[in-house]
Amino acid sequence: MAEYLIKNGFVFDPAQKIKGDVADVAIKDGKIVKSVEKPKVIDAKGMTVMAGALEVHAHVAGPKVNIGRIFRPEDKLFTYRPTEKNHRMEGGFSIPTTYKTGYAYARLGYTTVMEAAMPPLFARHVHEEMRDTPIIDEGAYPVFGNNWFVLEYLKNKELENVAAYIAWLLRVTKGFAIKVVNPGGTEAWGWGLNCLQVKDPVPYFDITPEEIITGLIEANEYLGLPHSMHIHGNNLGNPGNYTTTLDTLKLAAGHKAKNKFGREQVMHHTHIQFHSYGGTKWADFESKARPIVDYVNKHKNITIDVGFVTLDETTTMTADGPFEHHLTELNHLKWANADVELETAAGVVPYIYSPDIFVSGIQWAVGLEIALLSKDPMRCYITTDHPNAGPFTRYPRIIKWLMSQKAREEQIKAFKANDKVVNASEIASIDRELNLYEIAQMTRAGPAKCLGLASMYGGLKPGQDADVAVYDFNPDKEHKPMEIEEAFSEVKYLFKTGVPIIMDHKFVSEGRKRTLWVDAKVNENPQVVRDVKEKFLKYYTVTEKNYEVVGKHFIPNPYAIEVDATH
Amino acid sequence: MNTVTLTPKAKPDLYLEVDNITPDRFAGKTNEEIAALHLYEGSTQHALGKFFDVAGSSGPTAAETKIVIKGDASRLKYIGMKMTAGEIVIEGNADMYVGAWMRGGKIQAKGNVEAFAGTGMKGGEIQIDGNAGNYLGSAYRGDWRGMAGGTIRVKGNAGSDTGYFMNGGTIIIGGNVDVHVATHAEGNGKIIIKGNAKSKVGGQMVGGEIYIFGDLEVPMPTFEYRKDVELEVDGTKAKFALFEGDTAERHPKRKGETIYGKIYMKY
Repeated sequence: MAEYLIKNGFVFDPAQKIKGDVADVAIKDGKIVKSVEKPKVIDAKGMTVMAGALEVHAHVAGPKVNIGRIFRPEDKLFTYRPTEKNHRMEGGFSIPTTYKTGYAYARLGYTTVMEAAMPPLFARHVHEEMRDTPIIDEGAYPVFGNNWFVLEYLKNKELENVAAYIAWLLRVTKGFAIKVVNPGGTEAWGWGLNCLQVKDPVPYFDITPEEIITGLIEANEYLGLPHSMHIHGNNLGNPGNYTTTLDTLKLAAGHKAKNKFGREQVMHHTHIQFHSYGGTKWADFESKARPIVDYVNKHKNITIDVGFVTLDETTTMTADGPFEHHLTELNHLKWANADVELETAAGVVPYIYSPDIFVSGIQWAVGLEIALLSKDPMRCYITTDHPNAGPFTRYPRIIKWLMSQKAREEQIKAFKANDKVVNASEIASIDRELNLYEIAQMTRAGPAKCLGLASMYGGLKPGQDADVAVYDFNPDKEHKPMEIEEAFSEVKYLFKTGVPIIMDHKFVSEGRKRTLWVDAKVNENPQVVRDVKEKFLKYYTVTEKNYEVVGKHFIPNPYAIEVDATH
Repeated sequence: MNTVTLTPKAKPDLYLEVDNITPDRFAGKTNEEIAALHLYEGSTQHALGKFFDVAGSSGPTAAETKIVIKGDASRLKYIGMKMTAGEIVIEGNADMYVGAWMRGGKIQAKGNVEAFAGTGMKGGEIQIDGNAGNYLGSAYRGDWRGMAGGTIRVKGNAGSDTGYFMNGGTIIIGGNVDVHVATHAEGNGKIIIKGNAKSKVGGQMVGGEIYIFGDLEVPMPTFEYRKDVELEVDGTKAKFALFEGDTAERHPKRKGETIYGKIYMKY
């Protein structure tokens, strides 16, 4: 493999505590190295150099995304970008094609992306789409929070069986982590009900969200998985839901991370913006970012991602089936719903976060408050819960808002009901402006550590994967807000595992993407084997043989992370 | 007002996407610059000049520019797309999406036009001397934002799904319409049918008005008769029977009053 030397850039690398020093980054055989002999030199003078960014939570592949693509042809209107050299046609805005997903992340400097909700039954579909998404390494989180096996084992307090089932499911679906969506609530939705509080009973199963969350934290640490239990809590998107969120966060108390990957958290609460609302109804809707962030600041065993509202027309999609029904009743736009047998469900509804609607404005403020009040950027990450709060292609705009108070003031001024937004939030009184080091923590080092992948990704230490992004942005100069957004919208150079992907803003290769999954070894567990067999015979519409994700067709280039959880 | 004349040279093998044929794009350009504007034939980009002779001259602004397509436009899609001002005259038939997302100005089609004319239209005027195809003044596939303003006048007949998701503006049809009229319509759009209508008129209609001068073959069972009214509609004074619906749909309230879709049947 060729050698490369990225010379004289301003390097931001929290993994080595480098804060914008002028330095060289050497690449050889796919890795960052100390020095190289005969490199191809890339002059990065006056530019910003960072590791490739990591996405901890986005909906970018699988049946739910595809329902969105199918029932929103209008999302592709006027978005096509024709084929160019080394580059296939792109299309779509909030639900881009698989190709666009890969290219668009690469253009932003992202090299690793986690699909946030994989229904196990449709794992094959998820993997086929990930296979067709070029450049970026990807993994997918299977959803567990409403799974019948999990609910039954947890009800009987059979932790070993839960763990064995999780290990089995991660292996057959080639999954990466334990995802929990509206624990118990999605199952209750099958009965026309929901669980809005952590103590609400799940019909039939006689268990509460609280027990599901705690049980899955314990199972996660029993297995010692690279990532923690990854939760989308109950009561998403409703005024006054911040108390449910605090109750959820409190369930992490007393639990300690046990793993060999350097991960410290036991709970990752995702898109917490949607869970930090005060008020009793939409009319008195207000931000409760502060109590949520205060709690997270004080508890080191919790990480969060924000789910920034970007004020766009987008497509909401979640395994939180009841929430999507609630949403279509609110905005009267089209609704799709899907139930996934014993495992989960999903809903899809288009949504317009309009700057003319004060609720959207307050949601925008909540997201930014969370990030700006957060004291530890290593535990608070940039996401839009793509495409729920906005498309990931808006990350540069979020970076602009985070780095420039002026940009925030301009946006506040542009709201139709700006007085309502200002009164219901504290965004106008926050003057903090994040620096590039903090942005690198929120998008590189932090997510890498949270995912248990810090040895491979998120830094520029010799030995780490050579995922490097170079932005045409000189941090020593004064910038207008718009210049920040423009600079981070398109990397000038991008390397993925040492392969040049983008050179001088042009795609030169699609690299060789990998699919990350976790291979957890557990003690033999005949009961779980028997239960799985029985459920397939009794309930599933497919056989066990047609369930497993196996072979080159689904995963041409797998990367297994091995965990030994035999006790 | 200056006039640019486009004369089709030869019939293309595939349909052409000519969204650059608008007064907005032509204004202030020389004929050479106009001929250099691009169009798509399938996935291939060509210069406009490959398929058209460009004559005359454009005005300095869109409002001062008139475009005449002299000849057959039946393989041209998206004529006048997103135009804001000025005028286009199509001397023959045209294909789909004439005046789609148009905001102002005027288009006159002297022949027939295919489906989706006036899709998502917000303002201006489209006059069709022949017949219109399906989905006249509708929304793009999947979209819920149909025609919202402006006027479409058809001398002949219209196809099915006229005013699908229509939210505003006026459509006047001199002849008959096929099935599905104003499906999902909301807001205050108005469809006037001088001839006969078939069935599913006003299905899933939340708001808006439909006037039928001729017969309605199969009325929707979800519309209820309210009263008789004397009205003047597009120059015709007559007595109409008012029906409201679609009662199977949700209906918003405005000032305490429930808003329904209205169908007026001329006696």
